[in-house]
Amino acid sequence: MNRKYELVYVVSPEATDEQVAELHTQVESILQRMNGTLEKTENWGRRKLAYEIGRHKEGTYVLEVILGGGDLMKEIDRRLKVSDLVIRHLVVRVDEEQGVVERTRARRTEISRRRRVARGLPPDRQPGEGQRGEPDDDRDDRFDMGVEDMR
Amino acid sequence: MNGRKGSGGGRGKSAAGAQGKDGQRRPMFRRRKVCKFCSDKIDDINYKDVKLLMPFVPERAKILPRRISGTCALHQRKLRTALMRARQLALIPYTAE
Repeated sequence: MNRKYELVYVVSPEATDEQVAELHTQVESILQRMNGTLEKTENWGRRKLAYEIGRHKEGTYVLEVILGGGDLMKEIDRRLKVSDLVIRHLVVRVDEEQGVVERTRARRTEISRRRRVARGLPPDRQPGEGQRGEPDDDRDDRFDMGVEDMR
Repeated sequence: MNGRKGSGGGRGKSAAGAQGKDGQRRPMFRRRKVCKFCSDKIDDINYKDVKLLMPFVPERAKILPRRISGTCALHQRKLRTALMRARQLALIPYTAE
């Protein structure tokens, strides 16, 4: 079963760096036991929480991208739920979504290439071409204006 | 009935026709709202990208409605799931006093 999951967990600010590292090794050991692979791991460090969780105002965020099956994630989810150090965690399945994103992106470049060829231009944008070919700026400012107007 | 249709939603393509009818009720010129994600070609609305999400969370921390932001239906749905995930992780507040 090859699915891709993203796991983010928030560790209590009282936890030491070793404890955070230990949680990571715990996750890894579960992965090994249930044949999952770790694709990426990222420590976002200490961040302020948007609201208080329990009595905590800060937390250490860790992101892990995992390839594996559903039962594996179930086990990790259970473990994190039990752990006192982890104050919040989230598991999201991302492989399907990523496929959709890639497909739309591919379709878009395909369409723009076809249009460019139809206009008698080379399919890919030339380096010096910049804004003249497709004016893709000024949208930001339009967007912001709308928001502020109505508020 | 037709007049309402033009002003609601702020969807890109209908706006050209709607302008004339709107003008009678509101002579003020209003810029056509464009979906940020369509025009910027952002396909992936990710819950981890707080910087991207923050403009859609006004002070009260409610999700900015489509009527105001001009986001298209598809992207508003994606935005909503992203915002709700970010809320769970305390990246974005649920409410603000």
